[in-house]
Amino acid sequence: MRVERSNKNQEDPYLPRMRESIEKVEATREERIDQEVEPLDPKTRDKVLNEFHPDYIESAFREVNVGPNAGEMMPKELVDLLEAYPKYDPSEVNLAKVEKEVDVLIIGGGGAGNIAAYWAVQEGLDPSDILIATKLRNGDSNSVMSQGGVQAADREEDSPVQHYLDIMGGGHYANKPDLVETLVRDAPKMIEWHEDLGVIYDKDGDGAMKELHGGGTSRKRLHSAKDYTGLEIVRVVRDEVRNMAIPVKEFAPAVELLTDADGTVTGALLFNMETDKYSVVKAKSVILATGGFGRLHIQDFPTTNHYGATADGLILGYRAGANMLDMDTVQYHPTGAAYPQQIMGLLVTEKVRSSGAYPVNSEGEFFTFNLEPRDVEASMLIRECRDVEHGGRDNGVETPGGITGVWLDTPMIDMKHGEGTFEKNLEYIYRLYTRFGIDPTEDPILVYPTLHYQNGGIEIDNDGHTAVEGLLAAGEVEGGVHGKNRLMGNSIMDYNVFGRRAGIAAARRAKGESEWGEVSLEHVERYVDKLRESDVDMQKRSPMLIPDYRGERTQGRTLDLLDPS
Amino acid sequence: MSPSNEDQETVRIHIMGKEYEVPKGLTMMDAIEHSGYRLIRGVGCRGGFCGACATLYRLEGDYKLYADLACQKTVEDGMYLMQLPFTPAGRKTYDIEEIGRDGNPLLENYPEVARCVSCNTCTKACPQDLEVMDFINEAIRGNIENVASMSFDCIQCGICAARCPAEIPHHHVAQMARRVYGKHNLPKSDHVAARVREIEGGEFDESLQEITSLSREVLEERYESREIE
Repeated sequence: MRVERSNKNQEDPYLPRMRESIEKVEATREERIDQEVEPLDPKTRDKVLNEFHPDYIESAFREVNVGPNAGEMMPKELVDLLEAYPKYDPSEVNLAKVEKEVDVLIIGGGGAGNIAAYWAVQEGLDPSDILIATKLRNGDSNSVMSQGGVQAADREEDSPVQHYLDIMGGGHYANKPDLVETLVRDAPKMIEWHEDLGVIYDKDGDGAMKELHGGGTSRKRLHSAKDYTGLEIVRVVRDEVRNMAIPVKEFAPAVELLTDADGTVTGALLFNMETDKYSVVKAKSVILATGGFGRLHIQDFPTTNHYGATADGLILGYRAGANMLDMDTVQYHPTGAAYPQQIMGLLVTEKVRSSGAYPVNSEGEFFTFNLEPRDVEASMLIRECRDVEHGGRDNGVETPGGITGVWLDTPMIDMKHGEGTFEKNLEYIYRLYTRFGIDPTEDPILVYPTLHYQNGGIEIDNDGHTAVEGLLAAGEVEGGVHGKNRLMGNSIMDYNVFGRRAGIAAARRAKGESEWGEVSLEHVERYVDKLRESDVDMQKRSPMLIPDYRGERTQGRTLDLLDPS
Repeated sequence: MSPSNEDQETVRIHIMGKEYEVPKGLTMMDAIEHSGYRLIRGVGCRGGFCGACATLYRLEGDYKLYADLACQKTVEDGMYLMQLPFTPAGRKTYDIEEIGRDGNPLLENYPEVARCVSCNTCTKACPQDLEVMDFINEAIRGNIENVASMSFDCIQCGICAARCPAEIPHHHVAQMARRVYGKHNLPKSDHVAARVREIEGGEFDESLQEITSLSREVLEERYESREIE
């Protein structure tokens, strides 16, 4: 009784030249199916990263002139927003009129924000003394988009020590060891908490978790809920936050933090995006849980990220004096959809490779181990696609959208594990492609790296405190956990572990403060003065809040990603 | 093939009743933005996970009212789009510890499920192609496990609830079912619980202290020589 929903018309969804290449892929599949490719040795790995990873393109970065990270290199698109005029209109802001006084103000309604709110209540706060203020709807976030799984070392063959080692190696040893230790120690406890709340993980009949490898893991440690893992976790936690009646203000992003004379964060200035009205919220603790920066389209990459991933929290926190870590690296997920153009840049979960699919070039050949750490895997894909003149191997398949991709040989999964495996375990991906007439169990899919994650962020301690008194941070906005490269399955765990810890720490701090502080925007004025003194050419206003895709800027526009200049 | 090319094929669509011409091949969401709108409502993850961009549409010359996600559906010539960014639907507050121990919590909390007239409009409207009417029938019968598994891919866009003549909030019923099932029926993992107790008992304190104090060189050596399962 279902209606035909597919965007499909009767023709082959692949162009003739793509179909020719698919025939080569099909011709080699039988003999490839039992082959394995060895991971790269350390030396080759470094060489490939150096030559092909977008982080090594110097012209894509520029130095920050003011603030705690002055002198450091960051993506130009981010620096443009750090060195920008504030967005708020001073003539419309009245700080004397306080709308609400709360113990804990949480800015952001994704995984970290909801989890922080839950644990602040467990720490003894009355739900009505908390406020989640979020830019779009509660739950709209990158958190719900993570598909493949979440890491926790809870099998007998595994240990927190092994998890620690994988994270440090994957992050190129730049990670803050104490944060990594905290993550691996807390991880199994968070999974147990999820079970207690009613999260439906993929399990065997006796309750044992079905766990898989991810890129860069030395043990099978990925817990999944089909390929809707993030969605399942967040919708369950949010459901409980609703049961607890924790107040949420939607479509009301913070546009600045508020501080007292000592620079302590004492609240935030919220902006109702629909009525253009500002409101002042005083808080004894403020948690930044605003997520990442994929929508800045760094180096013109398409992104897997949510519409609201515009680095707002970084901008607000930085103006208030919070320093950032590891902002010189950006995570490009190796397998973004390269075709059809309507879904370009969307995530094809690493679980597809964990389940046995390999990247294959236009000639039907393997060219990489399928589960390198993400930065390495992405670099290998870029090398395979780039032309020979620019050091590449020119074995990609060109798409009409302007990008070149390689095949991800998805039919291998059912061949290895039996018919129906793909559809059962990778339902999102199956749905994503069949909508456009492509059956990933029959035909391979075209992929190319896509902007996925902000590896770094605002520095925190084990309890989520930033360098600024009164300000905490949790989730993708904070940095230090992942070093220069995050492994699959550690972002969900990051927003769980540090969301919980920030919620508890914020509640404790609030209980120790008898009065609300004074609120001012002086720190912003001081920051702008410094920018003026440094002769920075300020073109923009920030935070960005939402990207602008109007008219010719439509995100479905052509992106030339393969120009290495 | 840039949408801005002059020789680009175009289609005519109506956005909330107003006509626009847009390049062929855009998603509904891209088409709305291409027409000059900067979205605040009716947009979210842009990847088919969040349900914010529920959109109803009619096609010229066709009486039917279709539904889909604006970020996942390509525009067609003669489409009339009606954005549905919010659907009011009553949600029941409940105690997860107590609920579902006996009786049929779905029917008790959402007695309106019994008003289902089996019209199947919910199923036809579901952008995830879920068998919505069938899981509502499972809810009436109290078969919580079936409701949980059949509704697992629900993104809570609320189109079903907006279209239902019996005024059932299907997505809330399904959320309750999944949590009750996950909490009370799905067996807990013994190895997770065991590992939590081991960590709390200090079993890994020594080895973690050792590894966190290693120099970068030694740590790197250990990483490069680690055995992969």
